[in-house]
Amino acid sequence: MNDRTKPSSLLTTGISRRGALKGLGAAAALGTAPGFVRYAQSQSSEPIRIGFQAHRTGIGAAYGRWYERTTAAAIKRINDAGGINGRPVEIITEDDGTDAARGAEVVEKFANQHKTDIVYGTLFSHVVVGSAPAAGELKMPYYVVSEGYHVASGKMNRYVLQPGITDVRAQCRSVAPWITSNVGKKITMIYPDYAFGHDHRDFFGPAAAEQGGEVIAQIPIPPTESSFTRYLPQIPSDTDVIYHVMVGPAVLTFVKELGEFYGGSGPKLFGFIDSLEAVDINSPGLEFLEGSHFWEGMPRYLQDGASEHEKAYREAVGLDENGASINDAKDVSTAAHMFGCWETLYIIKAAMEAAGYRGPEDRAKLVEATEAMTEFPEGAEHPQGAKVFDGKVHQVFGSQNISVVENGRLNVVHRTSIEDGRYEPEADYTTQPL
Amino acid sequence: MAFGPYFLLASLEGLVTAAVLALTALGLSLVFGVMRVVNVAHGEFFMLGAVLAWAVSTAFAGHPSVGFVAALFVAPLVVGGAALLSERLVLRRLGYDPEATIVATIGMLYIIQQLALTFYGADARPVQAPFNVRIQLPWFGYSGYKLFVIVAAIVLILAAWFVLTRTKIGLVMRATQYDRETAQAFGIPVDRVYAGVFALGAMLAAVAAVLIVPIQQAHYLMGRDPLLLSFIVVIIGGLGSLRGTVIAALLIGLSDGIISVFFSPTLAKMLATGLVAMVLVFRPQGLFGVPAR
Amino acid sequence: MTITTRDWALHLGVIAILLAANFLLPEYHRGVFSRVLVLAVFAMGYNLLFGYTGLLSLGHAMFFAAGLYGAGLPLYHLGWSVPVSFGTGLMAGIAVAAVVGVLALRTTGVAFMIVTMMFAQVFYLGTLYFTTWTRGEEGLVLSQAMRSVEFGGWSLNLSDPSTRYMLALALFAVVLLAMLWLVRSPFGRTLVAIRENEERMRMLGYDVFRAKLTAVVVSGVFCAAAGAAYGLLFGYVGSGFASIQYSILPLLWVLLGGAATTLGPLLGTLFMFYIIDYSSGVTSAYLLVVGVTLILLVLFFPKGLLGSVRERWLGWLP
Repeated sequence: MNDRTKPSSLLTTGISRRGALKGLGAAAALGTAPGFVRYAQSQSSEPIRIGFQAHRTGIGAAYGRWYERTTAAAIKRINDAGGINGRPVEIITEDDGTDAARGAEVVEKFANQHKTDIVYGTLFSHVVVGSAPAAGELKMPYYVVSEGYHVASGKMNRYVLQPGITDVRAQCRSVAPWITSNVGKKITMIYPDYAFGHDHRDFFGPAAAEQGGEVIAQIPIPPTESSFTRYLPQIPSDTDVIYHVMVGPAVLTFVKELGEFYGGSGPKLFGFIDSLEAVDINSPGLEFLEGSHFWEGMPRYLQDGASEHEKAYREAVGLDENGASINDAKDVSTAAHMFGCWETLYIIKAAMEAAGYRGPEDRAKLVEATEAMTEFPEGAEHPQGAKVFDGKVHQVFGSQNISVVENGRLNVVHRTSIEDGRYEPEADYTTQPL
Repeated sequence: MAFGPYFLLASLEGLVTAAVLALTALGLSLVFGVMRVVNVAHGEFFMLGAVLAWAVSTAFAGHPSVGFVAALFVAPLVVGGAALLSERLVLRRLGYDPEATIVATIGMLYIIQQLALTFYGADARPVQAPFNVRIQLPWFGYSGYKLFVIVAAIVLILAAWFVLTRTKIGLVMRATQYDRETAQAFGIPVDRVYAGVFALGAMLAAVAAVLIVPIQQAHYLMGRDPLLLSFIVVIIGGLGSLRGTVIAALLIGLSDGIISVFFSPTLAKMLATGLVAMVLVFRPQGLFGVPAR
Repeated sequence: MTITTRDWALHLGVIAILLAANFLLPEYHRGVFSRVLVLAVFAMGYNLLFGYTGLLSLGHAMFFAAGLYGAGLPLYHLGWSVPVSFGTGLMAGIAVAAVVGVLALRTTGVAFMIVTMMFAQVFYLGTLYFTTWTRGEEGLVLSQAMRSVEFGGWSLNLSDPSTRYMLALALFAVVLLAMLWLVRSPFGRTLVAIRENEERMRMLGYDVFRAKLTAVVVSGVFCAAAGAAYGLLFGYVGSGFASIQYSILPLLWVLLGGAATTLGPLLGTLFMFYIIDYSSGVTSAYLLVVGVTLILLVLFFPKGLLGSVRERWLGWLP
């Protein structure tokens, strides 16, 4: 093997014989200590350093808090089981302020100052897109947990991967057949007037049409808006279903005003839980949601048939039955997305082990090893369910949950198949140079 | 929906926007008009009012109106106290220098936002309206509370108008605004007037926030839009004109609501903003301002 | 007043130090300086209008974004080359600044501040409205392949850290020296005189409107150059750069460094970057630290860092 003949970094820095002997002695002592058997097998017990680009401030802060908690729980479990390649994992967190420009700076900081092995954890699309050029230029593997279509679109670069959460295009495709056959065929879409909303518009419409549904009106809302009632009359009266996806703190207002506008009557609702992540479904004003349906990446409320893996995951992260923190019932989680952090970290672990990852010089091998992955079976590492990874588009595909609000709880009524969300890939990152 | 009812709905929405905006802008107008300080932190006082409203109303058990009424008193008092403190500790020491105070109030903005994030959190939290009445019109339903907001804002603005034009406090304020040196020469304690005005301005923003928070939730980043809109309203109305501020708030609230009837939402926002800007281009002193001497 | 030897020495000295920094700075800080130099150009453009001419604008994000999109969109959608795209970025900046200038300069003082802010808001909403081309807030990635220049047998890769630093420095140096020349030129004195007493200048027979319009356009071009360079060097174009935040930031940088000083904008931008970068590493409640620092700084340096230095010690600073 090539690796063996390469002089290790220790030798090239020219350590003295005495120092080497001392080091050997220390290593021997460690080797005999209990619990260190695994570490001694690897070349180094230096921790693997993962840079965590977190939304601590800015508009994404509510998500960021739970991304941090899930990450901490996953890392604890990974370290308790011996780390990655026998090395402990260390998380270094930097706040990106949910800002695209700062995101890129943070990636540079991870690469050049913290010297992390990889960067991970971004949610908001604009931060992903803003940081992607820096990651590509620094040849820094950048694992995002964002659900945007940016990665699969082929517009990023070879170093940007999304192996732990499905993208919006797959989500739209997956839920479309169920909506048209169970809720209604005449659909009005309400979405934010920017890229994330436009992705919904562009991918849901055709998918619904394939199933005999029809989008009869599209109402894009400017993201600066904080009140929505004035747009509601634009909803055609023959609408069967209102498909709503809103992001940001104003969404409660939106749902509430919808309730005031229609009262008990009105079209049925299908929404993306993105709107209500970290928000208690029993908040005053949300009574109107009773009986409406939501997409959920992973169920917020503990379901009757939950697997033991899911239960273990929820316990590790600290979720109660209602998907709130076990320490504070008012502190509601972002359950539909944050599982992606857990699963992504386990994919990083698997890829690092497959690549025999030792340090930054193996980053390209790590990317290739990730691309080579194909299937993730359901289990402790993948509590949300089995997934299929397409290495060409760097995107994972999985099942989606559709839940109904019943007595102030979200109960899963349908789980889509992985195939429901598959689409013709539009790109092939593996042809790009590393 | 037919055009008539749609127009009615858009106008009602515009009135609610205008009512809250007028109150918030009134506070800024005082600070800006009397002290000539560009208070970038004004929106944060608004946010602080909303966050405190949540805190107070959740502390009271029982009917939501109890907590709401308590918030209506407690939130402005606390916010006014915070404003008074920052005025004494920072703005006064800067001699109200227009440029230095911009930096200082940006600093205050950061501090208030961080405190809200640390102690209140990043979530948007709803406050229950003191009463829940849905008024069913033949074409659509409308929130009774929103109509109450309009009435409450009118009452508060009338009270402010009374204080400013019919009381000695108002006279002193207007004198200070008109000519600081002369006011001082006539024995008006300008220093104390400034402190009072700054606190009062913040309190008006806080009251507006308490009123709005059952409609829009409290969130630590909610202060930006009220800040920008208040500045627009104050200048369009004409600096120092109470009547101008109210009419500009109506103009902006209604144009925003009504233009959205005819165009796609984002385009409507662009047009509304552009048109209101043109008012200022062709009437630089504002609607009711006096041309600069 | 002409440019003295002392002026030359100071400004060329700063440029020489920054040149040496390319080779001396640790990798991370070199990357930081690349960004700060480009953003300092933005701040210098702002300073021309705010510091020297006395016009407080809250809409400069629109000029920065005009350069950013003016360069980024043709590069991305039409495959135009880097130099041509930089040119279209500048043209976009001139066009936007001229139109905004003609309209907004009908107003003065606070009304100017609000009118520019509202126009910038229209521009910002426009970047969202045309999401089909701009991808709105998510933005566009300008790939490394798009961002390389070929002429003759030479190729220049804008994503190489050293190349990027040198290009950022080149732009910074050109604009810095232009600013120095400008403020020492009769035109610069005219602008300062307008700031101090506009009516008097008008009575003396100066075409005040024309001078102010020129200042708006030059300021707009500097900011657009910064925007275009930012997009081309760092490979990202997004509507966040058109938001009000990017109108307030140059104001803050200029006030921190010292309004109406040539080097103040650089100092202010550097200071603001490092206070955030450093404090966010120390505590998660770093906005508190930033806020307190700003307030303390302005209490002790009410005219900004260089402005206060000039007031107290070095009266000759340009």
